[in-house]
Amino acid sequence: MNVKNIIPNKEFNIIGNNKYNLSEYLIKTIMIVCSSVAIAVTLGIIFSLLFETINFFQKVSLSEFLFGTKWSPQTALRSDQVAAEGSFGAIPLITGTLLISTIAMCIATPLGLFSAIYLSEYASKKTRNIVKPLLEILAGIPTVVYGFFAALTVAPIIRSTGETVGLNVSSESALAAGLIMGIMIIPLISSLSDDVINAVPQSLRDASLALGSTNSETIRKVILPAAIPGISGSLLLAASRAIGETMIVVMAAGLAANLTANPLEAVTTITAQIVALLTGDQEFDSAKTLSAFALGLLLFIVTLILNMISLKIVNKYREQYD
Amino acid sequence: MINIFITSTKLRRSRELSEIRFRWFGKLAIGVSLGFLFVMVGSILLKGKSAFLSSDIAITIDLGPDNVDINNINETRFDALMKKSLRQTFPNVKSRKEKKKLYGLLSSDMGFELRDQILNDTSLLGSEAKLWFTASDDIDLLLKGAVDLTLDEDYRRISDLEVEWISFLKDTDNVRKKFNKKFFTNGDSREPELAGILSALMGSILTLSICFIVSFPIAILAAIYLEEFAPKNKISAFIEVNINNLAAVPSIVFGLLGLALLLNVFDLPRSTPLVGGLVLSLMTLPTIIIASRASLRAVPPSIREAALGMGASPIQATFHHVVPLALPGILTGTIVGMAQALGETAPLLMIGMVAFIADVPTSVVEPAAALPVQIFLWADASERAFMEKTSAAIIVLLVFLVLMNLLAIFLRKKFEKRF
Repeated sequence: MNVKNIIPNKEFNIIGNNKYNLSEYLIKTIMIVCSSVAIAVTLGIIFSLLFETINFFQKVSLSEFLFGTKWSPQTALRSDQVAAEGSFGAIPLITGTLLISTIAMCIATPLGLFSAIYLSEYASKKTRNIVKPLLEILAGIPTVVYGFFAALTVAPIIRSTGETVGLNVSSESALAAGLIMGIMIIPLISSLSDDVINAVPQSLRDASLALGSTNSETIRKVILPAAIPGISGSLLLAASRAIGETMIVVMAAGLAANLTANPLEAVTTITAQIVALLTGDQEFDSAKTLSAFALGLLLFIVTLILNMISLKIVNKYREQYD
Repeated sequence: MINIFITSTKLRRSRELSEIRFRWFGKLAIGVSLGFLFVMVGSILLKGKSAFLSSDIAITIDLGPDNVDINNINETRFDALMKKSLRQTFPNVKSRKEKKKLYGLLSSDMGFELRDQILNDTSLLGSEAKLWFTASDDIDLLLKGAVDLTLDEDYRRISDLEVEWISFLKDTDNVRKKFNKKFFTNGDSREPELAGILSALMGSILTLSICFIVSFPIAILAAIYLEEFAPKNKISAFIEVNINNLAAVPSIVFGLLGLALLLNVFDLPRSTPLVGGLVLSLMTLPTIIIASRASLRAVPPSIREAALGMGASPIQATFHHVVPLALPGILTGTIVGMAQALGETAPLLMIGMVAFIADVPTSVVEPAAALPVQIFLWADASERAFMEKTSAAIIVLLVFLVLMNLLAIFLRKKFEKRF
């Protein structure tokens, strides 16, 4: 309920105390300024990234960045050095990011979805009250902890298992990072899908059960099809989270820019490269430092599009059944 | 007729089976997720708990006037005195290489430790005294049983000679394990046995304070405006879309914003809690706004109507009646946002809060580390002893997160009103 709706026009204010009106006007202005901070931050992000990216593209061509397949940013030691400016083809980084995110989604989608289905359709209220907060703990654990666990516990296990089977596994394999990232985004998928499944009207369930279908048939053939748009929205949001995740890949995935689809090899991601490029010395006139901002802009645009689509889907879907 | 009956039982059986299977998939998914949670937290607890104990070694030192001049304590060369006492404890050690190993039993800070103990208790001077010193990281690991002695000598960092010395010290009761106070009172250090989390902890506290001071008022005012006053027009809708999107922007992008805008344009000091707090506050802003709006929405319109009916202005109705009722929810959202900010690492890396900082920061414009960044740095360190330190730092971080969340739950349970 909106206060404004209750008193629609100002003339209704019979008190008419000028002192109050002035201070109220001030307070309101301050509040409007605070609300527009969100817009300012978005604009700040866009302009600061855009500004440095334009600088970057004065040194490196856009087509090399988007379609080049070799990533090796170097700072020249001498001006006449061979390949002094390095090469800035972002394709290996994009494929690496996609590889790790795909592994993560392959882990998180079934686990998150089945958890959500079980919690919303089968579990008793008591189990739900215990399990749901426990699952949300997974979302509350800082990503640096996941990164530590991935790099020092999971990666060695995968490596030694691979060796016993006779596979050559890199110690910074995409698999370890993707696996742990998948676990990290389970609660995101499960809690969003849970909301969506709960929003499916009870009448659909009752109708299906009354026709003699079992619980699982009702879920598979009635509830899930009805909830699919919302669930896909939650998956998109999770994918955007996976693409933007930084600490797990920085600690577990390494910096080797390999163009490969083999999850046992080391790959690098956009976020890991940004961190590598910007920690340590920064020169804001070298293509190496500036390339981090171009990568940042790419990341921002991709995640923004994913978020916009998913928010739109989820909101639209919610309204449908409200 | 019979035929239909048989197929229908078969069909029913298979439907029942698929029902059971489906239910088990759900249980399995939850089991795997929670199982992972327990394995991860459990393994970190197991690895980290030994870091809360540290090993000390007792050495008998002659503090007679030949070695320490009572009137001029600061002139004494404590390091040399320590080395001499170690040689006296193990008189058989002769070669240079062996001597170096012998000095390596204790931490490189042994000279300072001796000086501090003498300055604390000058009555020690004048005679022989048995004093305790911190063991070096490798010896500490050996005493905690973390060194595999079945390996060949060349493959481990501890030689047989050192093992022999330690077992001699153990037999003569000159080794003890006690609570590792240094872990909580020291700053970062290159030596694992001396490294502590105080500097990182202080850095985190300062950063979070800035984050709170900046984001809390802005977020609350923005939430109140959007929920209570904003006209339903395109601008409000645009602000709303912006806030929802900001909540999902990768954290590293906020770091880039901090680097480009706060450091390069506004020229704020690098690596400081001031910049870190500002960047984190931009990140927590959407979280707090969204939670506060939900909480304001839950206050029933009758409260507003009653206040307005009694002659309050809209601002008075909101600030005197609606906001106090929504405050528990707002605070809960704020604490959750702060907990998120406490664990955030990536944006801090961007603004240079990854430097090696040994001093405990005292103001927000001094370079500082933060707890998650310290974890990141230690996880990368090559010494094996840093692994248990990393796990211990994670435990401390998790304890803080648990405490913050418990506070949020407590606030919600205690003050929440259902209308």
